Amino acid sequence: MSDSVDPMNTPEPIEPLPKPVTSIPSLGKVEPLRSAPKSTILQKIRQSNPASSRIPDEIFRWIILLSAVSVFAIVVLVVWELVDKSRLSLHQFGLHFFYGHDWDPVNDSFGAMPFIYGTLVSSFLALLLAVPLSIGVAVYITEMCPQGLRAIISFLVELLAAIPSVIYGLWGIFVLAPLLRDYVQPFLQKTLGWTGFFGGPMYGLGMLAAGIILAIMVVPVIASITREVMSAVPQNQREAVLALGATRWEMIRVGVLRNARIGIVGGVILGLGRALGETMAVTMVIGNRPEVAKSLFAPGYTMASVIANEFSEATGDMYLSALVEIGLALFIVTLIVNALARLLVWSITGGTARPSA
Amino acid sequence: MPWRACWYGASPAELRGQVPNSVPPSTSHQVSLWRRLTDWGATGFAILAAILVLVPLLAIFIYLVIKGVGSINWAFLTQTPKPPGEVGGGMANGIIGTGLILAVASVIGVPLGIGSGIYLAEYGRNRFGDIIRFTADVLNGVPSIVIGITVYSLIVVRQKHFSAFSGGVALGIMMIPTVARATEEMLLMVPNIIREAAYGLGIPRWRTTLSITLRSASAGVITGCMLAFARVAGETAPLLFTAFGNQFWNLKLNQPTAALSLQVFTYAISPYDDWHKQAWAGALILIVLIVVAVAAVRIVTARGTLKGA
Repeated sequence: MSDSVDPMNTPEPIEPLPKPVTSIPSLGKVEPLRSAPKSTILQKIRQSNPASSRIPDEIFRWIILLSAVSVFAIVVLVVWELVDKSRLSLHQFGLHFFYGHDWDPVNDSFGAMPFIYGTLVSSFLALLLAVPLSIGVAVYITEMCPQGLRAIISFLVELLAAIPSVIYGLWGIFVLAPLLRDYVQPFLQKTLGWTGFFGGPMYGLGMLAAGIILAIMVVPVIASITREVMSAVPQNQREAVLALGATRWEMIRVGVLRNARIGIVGGVILGLGRALGETMAVTMVIGNRPEVAKSLFAPGYTMASVIANEFSEATGDMYLSALVEIGLALFIVTLIVNALARLLVWSITGGTARPSA
Repeated sequence: MPWRACWYGASPAELRGQVPNSVPPSTSHQVSLWRRLTDWGATGFAILAAILVLVPLLAIFIYLVIKGVGSINWAFLTQTPKPPGEVGGGMANGIIGTGLILAVASVIGVPLGIGSGIYLAEYGRNRFGDIIRFTADVLNGVPSIVIGITVYSLIVVRQKHFSAFSGGVALGIMMIPTVARATEEMLLMVPNIIREAAYGLGIPRWRTTLSITLRSASAGVITGCMLAFARVAGETAPLLFTAFGNQFWNLKLNQPTAALSLQVFTYAISPYDDWHKQAWAGALILIVLIVVAVAAVRIVTARGTLKGA
């Protein structure tokens, strides 16, 4: 408001209409429009404004700016604390930390390979299961679903995202794991055991269970983005492909999915970001054993769950520092993955929260 | 109409009744068998996918209700946990603790979130705003366990003990980006004419923003806050080494506190049958509390805005 270009401050009085109509035959003489009396009210407001409102305005601006800066400050603090607290381990192990296999708190020797492996395998397993399902759901909701069911199904899918992860874990331990152990794993071993991925003792808890739980948690993320991107495809596109004689599936494949593919990839990467950082549900079902095993039945360990399990019991600076370094690695990876995903999604939807600046 | 039409390549426009149904689907008898089969296959797969996704949701809720309701009793709601291995006891301290932590979280997260949202919408159409917007997205993607580590080394290490306050700070930080982006989106939807009208009446900018712009957008902003609240209410990972958990009553902000989600976690991975039952009950209570809190705020604010209007 303090700008110099202020219409209220301009010296000229408001111009009267150029040539007032003075007479209309049927109505007789009409009074010409009078110009406003030198805007006394406006001047009063104008005079009272600078003193009384500029200072509160500035104060308000600063408070608001401060809260916005706090967001920035928090992120900087997170990075600073992670780097600062992991300095010890960064110096001691260097790059070896990321491919070392031994996790031995007693001898202060730490390598994060089993955890990195566990995080990657469980996340990719989750994506393998979740991507076809989420695209299927999104296609069903946007293209096939009867109008009445559409809102209900999309609400239910979003509801999956609202369930706390500790409840997923609880359900995983007491419902999913026994189910896997008694029915799914014997079946997989019989049919696909020769691949080597489905062998060894069947506990129920393990990499497979973690992948399935993660898949359930990631589906709403991917499905909602896919749905959003698919509905951004113009309706003409669909009608044009149908008019060429395509079946409905051909229309979806050629007219919709092909146009939306970058956005869908963005959604998948966003889902990956969620899967990488997920802690509680995975910790509860993965079995928590730091080893690299080929079989998906074997227990594993992830980066997030080793922090959750061992951080509050870590004795010794090196142990703590190694755990924080795992946190730092997790932070950097999710940062990259999320930034990539946002870029891809924005390039399709044009960023709903980002009007042309 | 559409159920049958669904199965034979009807166009979306046709399904919605925008195209007269009298136009015969002339292609259906000319397309080759293979194309028809893939069409059916794809339709079948999409329906199967929808079912497969909804089955776990239903299973989780059914198990929660069946296993949870049986274990909820008066003792569960009023007593503190018994020592390990003993039958009985409850999670009353966890329920109170969760409330305490969430109160701290809301006090921190909601004002900061709304403030940054206002900045982004009203002042942030520039390079600096873009930076803040990007950092809010970064913060949103930070794994919750990493927030836990940060708050641990910022507050717990300095204070030298675990506390409800630090747990609240961790959850509050997680609320900020969600609230901020929701506020921004809602404020941007308020037409500029309303702001200009307010300025034209000589209302100062801060007053315009707070009692006109923000007020018009209040329904959406409150929804955003509730979403953020529901999201952090069940969080466990950041509380593991901030609020830490407690076997006893605690109402002090600077003492370790029990929380429902923490207790569900500890009980679920314990070897005791009775604790497993209590974990289900705790999980059910957690979900119910979240739903009730969200619904209550909705009802209260709906009345408030009705009165104001």
